[in-house]
Amino acid sequence: MAVQLNRLLAQGNPYMAEEIIRLTGIHKAFAGVRALQDVSLTLERGKVHCLVGENGCGKSTLIKIIAGVYQRDSGSVQINGKEYAHLHPIDAIREGIQVIYQDFSLFPNLTVAENIALNEQLAEGRRFVNWRHVRQVAQDAVNQLEVHLPLDVRVEEMSVANKQLIAIAKALRQNAQLIIMDEPTSALTEREIRTLFTVIHKLQQRGIAFLFVSHKLNEVLEISEAIIVMRNGQVVSTGPADEYNTTRLVFEMTGQSIAEKSYDFTPDLTQPALLRVENLTVPGALHDVSFELRRGEIVGVTGLLGSGRTELALALFGMLPIAGGHIEIDGKPAKIRSVQDAIAHGIGYVPEDRLTEGLFLEQAIGRNIVVRTIDKLRGAMGLTDPAQVTQQVNDWVASLRIKTSNPALPVKTLSGGNQQRVVVAKWLASNPHLMILNGPTMGVDIGSKNELHELIKRLAGEGMGLLVISDDIPELLQICNRILLMRNGAVVEEILPRETDENALAAKLIED
Amino acid sequence: MSRLFRSNEVLVAVTIVLLSLIIGLNNPTFFSVGNLFDLLRSSIVMGIFAMGVLIVIVSGGIDVSFTAIGVFALYSTTRIMKEFMPDASIWIGFLIAAMIGLGLGMINAFFIARFRLPTLIVTLGTLSMFHGFLLFAIGNQIIRDVPPAMDAFARSALVRIPLERGIANLHPAILITAGVTLIVWLLLRYTMLGRGIYALGGAREAAERAGFNVPRIQYFIYGFVGLLSGIAGMTFGSMARQANPQDIVGTELNVIAAVVLGGAQLTGGRGTVLGTILGVTLVVIANNSLVLVGVPTVWQRVVIGLIILVGTGLPAIQAKRASKQGARLAEM
Amino acid sequence: MQATQKHNSFMNRLMGENQTLRLFIITVVIFVGFSLVLGDKFFSIRNLQSMAVQFPEFGILAFAIMITMLTGGIDLSIVGAANLSAIAAALVLTRLSGDGGAGMPLEVTIPLAMVVALIVASLCGLLNGFLVSKVGIVPILATLGTGSLYTGLSYVITGGPAITTTQLAFIGNGSIAGLPIPVIVFVVLAIIFAVMLNRTSFGFNVYMLGTNARAALFSGISDVKVLVRTYWLAGLVAGIAGIIFLARANSAKPDYGASFILLTVLIAILGGVSYTGGFGTVSGLVLSVLSIQFLSTGLNMLMLQLSGSSAAIFFRQFAWGALLLLVMVVNYYVEQRRQRAT
Repeated sequence: MAVQLNRLLAQGNPYMAEEIIRLTGIHKAFAGVRALQDVSLTLERGKVHCLVGENGCGKSTLIKIIAGVYQRDSGSVQINGKEYAHLHPIDAIREGIQVIYQDFSLFPNLTVAENIALNEQLAEGRRFVNWRHVRQVAQDAVNQLEVHLPLDVRVEEMSVANKQLIAIAKALRQNAQLIIMDEPTSALTEREIRTLFTVIHKLQQRGIAFLFVSHKLNEVLEISEAIIVMRNGQVVSTGPADEYNTTRLVFEMTGQSIAEKSYDFTPDLTQPALLRVENLTVPGALHDVSFELRRGEIVGVTGLLGSGRTELALALFGMLPIAGGHIEIDGKPAKIRSVQDAIAHGIGYVPEDRLTEGLFLEQAIGRNIVVRTIDKLRGAMGLTDPAQVTQQVNDWVASLRIKTSNPALPVKTLSGGNQQRVVVAKWLASNPHLMILNGPTMGVDIGSKNELHELIKRLAGEGMGLLVISDDIPELLQICNRILLMRNGAVVEEILPRETDENALAAKLIED
Repeated sequence: MSRLFRSNEVLVAVTIVLLSLIIGLNNPTFFSVGNLFDLLRSSIVMGIFAMGVLIVIVSGGIDVSFTAIGVFALYSTTRIMKEFMPDASIWIGFLIAAMIGLGLGMINAFFIARFRLPTLIVTLGTLSMFHGFLLFAIGNQIIRDVPPAMDAFARSALVRIPLERGIANLHPAILITAGVTLIVWLLLRYTMLGRGIYALGGAREAAERAGFNVPRIQYFIYGFVGLLSGIAGMTFGSMARQANPQDIVGTELNVIAAVVLGGAQLTGGRGTVLGTILGVTLVVIANNSLVLVGVPTVWQRVVIGLIILVGTGLPAIQAKRASKQGARLAEM
Repeated sequence: MQATQKHNSFMNRLMGENQTLRLFIITVVIFVGFSLVLGDKFFSIRNLQSMAVQFPEFGILAFAIMITMLTGGIDLSIVGAANLSAIAAALVLTRLSGDGGAGMPLEVTIPLAMVVALIVASLCGLLNGFLVSKVGIVPILATLGTGSLYTGLSYVITGGPAITTTQLAFIGNGSIAGLPIPVIVFVVLAIIFAVMLNRTSFGFNVYMLGTNARAALFSGISDVKVLVRTYWLAGLVAGIAGIIFLARANSAKPDYGASFILLTVLIAILGGVSYTGGFGTVSGLVLSVLSIQFLSTGLNMLMLQLSGSSAAIFFRQFAWGALLLLVMVVNYYVEQRRQRAT
């Protein structure tokens, strides 16, 4: 698919090699800490560029400099051939640079039409609203994209994909020449990604350039023509997309190559399965899902967004009402109607969104770790025993190698990888038999990702059963001994990693 | 059909009709001109306050100090008129009250915009400050001999309809409420400032990125609400023919409840002028007319409490159901 | 940076991270300041005693506000619930014993009255908890509604006027070992709350739920259980406050202590309780209660001395509001400093 799309995107581009932005020797430091060092790059009209790099490599600083939000310490910025000594956000917008942030900067309470037209009206310095004009402006923008959007519906009722199209339409109304998008495909289904690509292709032909910021390697290779890799505040590699593959990207991003090992495991079939799910049904989400998971197994669950992969996790964790089917744990029937039921059956869940679902960001690292076990850490008169709490916190910080100077600090002071370890520690402290991990390494840099993989394998080795939900294909192949493929709320295939490879699995994922 | 009923405005309108029918069938005087005028009279002050509260709630804030601003403006204006311009017209009085209100509102705005403090806490603080300052420094005795202009205004009538017993009067202050309502509607619907208020309440950060000057919008909001509160306070005093420094304060939650019943959401970004009119109507009918069906006045607060709980509880249950379904269908 | 830190260590403490210490210093400064300015009018056994019987009324209610604020909510109905409980207790006392009553002995009716008050208060709290957790109404609106409901019921029961009974005066005026009984109640509640919040899993869960309700759900903390218990406790504490109201005023009426809502929110904020939930300590709250009392009494005396007018009693209302804003602005600058430092 990657090749196909690249061809699609590259064909008949009349704007080749015309620069829109040229950065030379950009340096930027915050309070003496170097964020960007000698960064030079050019972005070309009508081309899709992709900026990749681990968290903290300087990607977002670079974008903010292009958008005029931050000022560089030294170096030169040329936009459309014009040198800017001091680039203000207003200058950037006037030159047609539009940044679409991950939250799209839309107003959920306003209609699609108003969202598209608002910025333009504001920029024109209007004082009054002409609703007919608003609608017309929005209709024009939508027509340019050749998509269908209901103009009079509130944005909060739109899907993520449509919100993204609205954000693009809004950018177009402001004469966008370069559209910068943060993780553009991370929340889209395959069909939506295709719509997005079609739209991008159309805009590209009109000379509009794109800069995607992403750390999902598959996507990067799929959609871009030019790759820019950053590491430690420097651009370490640039070139046409077809010169890169996942292995090379990982190497460029981390500066080290990471050996890929697969996880082979043959379960003891004489014991009853740790988890047996039979015809599990959740109206509108899951139909007749059946599978088994044994102690020591790492079973992957994959599928596109909307395939039911997250719903399966939520149903097993008691957060979705189960309408039919049968769940057995260690050979005994289990009723899971609430999170408390799931926990009582020894199920732990590391949720998809670490920041809002997994952690209490402002609370201490230690408190986050003992949240599941606080009731057991009791001493005299049944009161919480601070010594036991400290003991448990220190044990987990040590055994999961959570890098912190003091577990009393808020968990938000940790890096993504260490935060994820805190979420895992929280569950491990309560000795679950079965851990469900949803996107366990999402937004985690590659070094930490590997350590988390090792941890998952170690836990399986100790006899735990793990269900790993992920759309990161290399990850699944590396750590799972079986992979369940889901589509439209059902498990459609069981795949053994040793019998497949990345491309084959990717192809299956997007089959209709 | 179900979509129609999910709209808060329809729900409130239906409730008003049902309540009116129940009261009217039990006591036909409810549908009389006299009672209609009474209801309108009772909604004059609450209506003005409610328009101010609507703007604040749409912007994602909350203001509980508007009653203190109202009574502060009323009492100070009455004293100023009595002492310095006993013969001034009522409009001068309204102007002074509006300016006092504007000034106090700007104090709210300063703390909210400059320090980005939570609006509830700021206005709780200024409620206490404004009222305390009024009682401590300006006066704590009821002024009963109000300036003649206020007295004359109190006795004036827009419409007089002779009835079997007495005369039904419609007070001209209803025009103030109508005017304020119209202005707020135009503001919210047809000006970029009004859309900025919705934008601010919907997504503050996005509003900033879009280029709205958020502090300036906040100065406008709290200044304007102060101004409206000054007018409302003056209206209250001119209709009651007295300036009592202990009046009005304590009714702020009733006004907020009326606005919320009309569909405005405390989380911001949502609320309409029409809904607010309906919310005020419902509260006024419940406050004034239950007596007509034999519910003693001591039950008033109970009824108001129940209306608030039912009025906020039904949407909350609906939202809970919707989100349960939503969670299931979010990815489909 | 380091040099200024050394030079300025007092200011740094005052503006620094340790909120309890900052509050302690503020409280001491207020107390010493008034003692210096007003002399033995302020710093006397007599005045200390008079302050000691005043602060428990709102001090106790502050615990109710605090625990609901810790979960990220608020309880605006506490004064309504307190008055309703007081009226229930007064009814028991006046109907079952005393002059016009059924002639039951006080040994029976007084405990009975207290139990009835606490049951009424518990029901009030449980209703709040149900509305907030099960129905899902925003706490501010739910308790606004129930506050109106409870006050309304008080009006319905009494018809408006106060119910008078002196049978609890021994609590309001009495003391044990020199300590007024209301102060003892306040201290006991402070200890119970401190232990509950710091040393029980319920207290732990209150903080976690207030920090991030969604993460709490995903961590297996039952929001319904924690919230119902929180609002029940708030109601119960309001009931205790109601008994103290009755014991101090020798009467129960529907509109007593209307300013306490604002005052208790002020105390909680001043005491470092986060208005978004998740943070706040009992020690901060207690210091806040004390400083508010010192400030009220001191300002009252000072303004009376300066102006000589009876309006002086209104000055403290102004001062409370001003103090609330001052604290918020100081917190704003502290936060700014901290962000610049990191």
